[in-house]
Amino acid sequence: MTDSFKDLSIPIIARVEGEGALHLQIRDNAIQSLALSIYEPPRLFEKFLEGRSANEVVDAVARICGICPVAYQMSATHAVEHIFEMSITPWIHDMRRLFYCGEWMESHGLHIHLLAAPDFLKYPSVIAMAKDHPEVVKRGMHLHRLGLDLMSLLGKRSVHPVGACVGGFYAAPKPSAVKTVLTEFKRSLPLAEELVQWSASLPLAKSTQTFTSVSLRHPHEYPMNAGRIVSDQGLDIDISEFDQHLKESQVPYSTALQCHLHGKPYLVGPLARLNLNFDRLPSAVHTVLDRCKITFPTQNMFHSIVARSVEIYYAMLEAIRIMENYVEPTAPCVPLTPRAGIGFGCTEAPRGLLWHRYAFNAAGLVTSSRIVPPTSQNQARIEEDLRQSLMHYGLDHSDADLRLHSEMVIRNYDPCISCSTHFLTLKVKRW
Amino acid sequence: MEKPRIAIHKFTSCDGCQLAFLHLGEDLLDLAEKVDIVHFVEMGPINPLAKVDVAYIEGSISTPEEKERIQHIRTNSRYVITIGACATAGGIQALRNLGNTQEWMKAIYATPDTISTLNTSTAISDHIKVDFEIYGCPVNTQQILASLLSVLNKVNPTASKDKVCLECKRLGYTCVMVTKGEPCMGPVTHTGCGALCPSVGRACYACYGPAENTNTASFTQWLSSLGLSDAEIARRFLFIQNNAPAFKEAGLKLRTKKKP
Repeated sequence: MTDSFKDLSIPIIARVEGEGALHLQIRDNAIQSLALSIYEPPRLFEKFLEGRSANEVVDAVARICGICPVAYQMSATHAVEHIFEMSITPWIHDMRRLFYCGEWMESHGLHIHLLAAPDFLKYPSVIAMAKDHPEVVKRGMHLHRLGLDLMSLLGKRSVHPVGACVGGFYAAPKPSAVKTVLTEFKRSLPLAEELVQWSASLPLAKSTQTFTSVSLRHPHEYPMNAGRIVSDQGLDIDISEFDQHLKESQVPYSTALQCHLHGKPYLVGPLARLNLNFDRLPSAVHTVLDRCKITFPTQNMFHSIVARSVEIYYAMLEAIRIMENYVEPTAPCVPLTPRAGIGFGCTEAPRGLLWHRYAFNAAGLVTSSRIVPPTSQNQARIEEDLRQSLMHYGLDHSDADLRLHSEMVIRNYDPCISCSTHFLTLKVKRW
Repeated sequence: MEKPRIAIHKFTSCDGCQLAFLHLGEDLLDLAEKVDIVHFVEMGPINPLAKVDVAYIEGSISTPEEKERIQHIRTNSRYVITIGACATAGGIQALRNLGNTQEWMKAIYATPDTISTLNTSTAISDHIKVDFEIYGCPVNTQQILASLLSVLNKVNPTASKDKVCLECKRLGYTCVMVTKGEPCMGPVTHTGCGALCPSVGRACYACYGPAENTNTASFTQWLSSLGLSDAEIARRFLFIQNNAPAFKEAGLKLRTKKKP
């Protein structure tokens, strides 16, 4: 009998943030159906933000994600400042960048070492990997720790920091505190350079695909807090035009909405940022990459781990630059005068574009809100990638191999399922 | 001797409290020498039904599946510790308990019927017997490690019952309520964070939840005297820890209060 049907399912995906599952049906050595199901319970943030004041929003949205609270706070505060017609000082601009550098190091450091690297070196977890590769794990954890220190410098704690407000920061760090962090960053910079080279030397699959990269682009900065939304296919729009080009819809098997660009899947995150903004990186980063065999832009999703390492190295260089020029400001924030209106905030979370839209009334309270996190934007791309990757890998592999390969593909995206609202269970059904 | 077994479970949450483990850095490797981490999805091991000595629970109960899953965890765990505002009080998402969940679902999802959710988000202790609760949004590493060391040494963990105010005074911070008229929640909030908000000159927003024996009625008067409206005071109680009984009661009283 040649007709064969197989139902493979991963009911819980490990080493991702949140709760997701993958359902895969194979008939006659072809994928009959494939669904990435995010079953993170809905928390309904967009509704309970209604009736809240601007600074309550900044504290509330941090709670969407424990790993990237700074991103949520930044997109929200930019949106509010847009509505209240506030303009920030160069000091605040720099400190927000510094804050973001900390979060990229924290999130990428965690992803590379605890979530992704065990795949490439064939270990079930970082604990097992640390026995054979102690220097790699120690280096990673050290860089991750520096990210946490930087977040705490400005936010007092790394999970749900309390330092940021609409218009800037509640307080400016003391120059002596900045100097302590700066000294450690300078001392540790060679470790980040090593990290880039190590990640580029990993046994990464050679598999290229056609996909569209989308990120912010800024006239002269590597994008974090500001810029236009661009793609490598010619998209170039203001953040207020997001809705006209990128549309969210619900699929019945997932609690996270899926977002498409002109009806098609697209990629956001470190690889997309690097693909679109390679020329915005300082020469020191180019020099290190010249010594590696990987070139950007790249259409190989397995290069994501290298992109994250590059961004850790860049974040350290940028943090050092900002901290070296640090002076205490006359005021750490600009005053706030509420007014009614609609505003947009879009910043580069560690996992990619994070778009917020708020409407406020004259009393300064939220009347409506919309939040589009990076994982909902990547969701359709992950499914598209899985279809191609699994066909390319060969569906005749064992269930265990298919499961591992699927998980590796998914982890390239560092899906933050809590944000999208998280967890992988693979279900493979075949006959 | 066999190593003690621990599990870290996630329910409805932001993942922030389990980061107290992942942010341990190299100490996480030391911890893994001393205990067997048998279930911790984000770190790798998956064994949701494993028998363990200590189970740490992050997140609230907000779906029918969660309601059932927590029962199995109780059966399989010698000692259950809940961590964070979601697990101990339902979390910020418990604001749905005061709203209309079905209407909210319809406003966000085109086909809400395909998503299984409860109308409420509730604390773990509403569903099973909990042996120890660690408050805070988020909890921190010191709290977690202290609890684990106690249980492993066969003593009940304890936590300070002080209010943020006391911690703030001990640290020598200037009172933001007295000097700047900020509506600081420190007088009614459980300690443990390190009085972080006053350290940057801002009012505490009560993310560690109500302290023991809080006089919310008198505190409400204080906030009124600073010029806050009833609605503004209610929002301060009904925020991150909105479903913690003392805050819920104080907040709802203000919401339903008749205009003079």
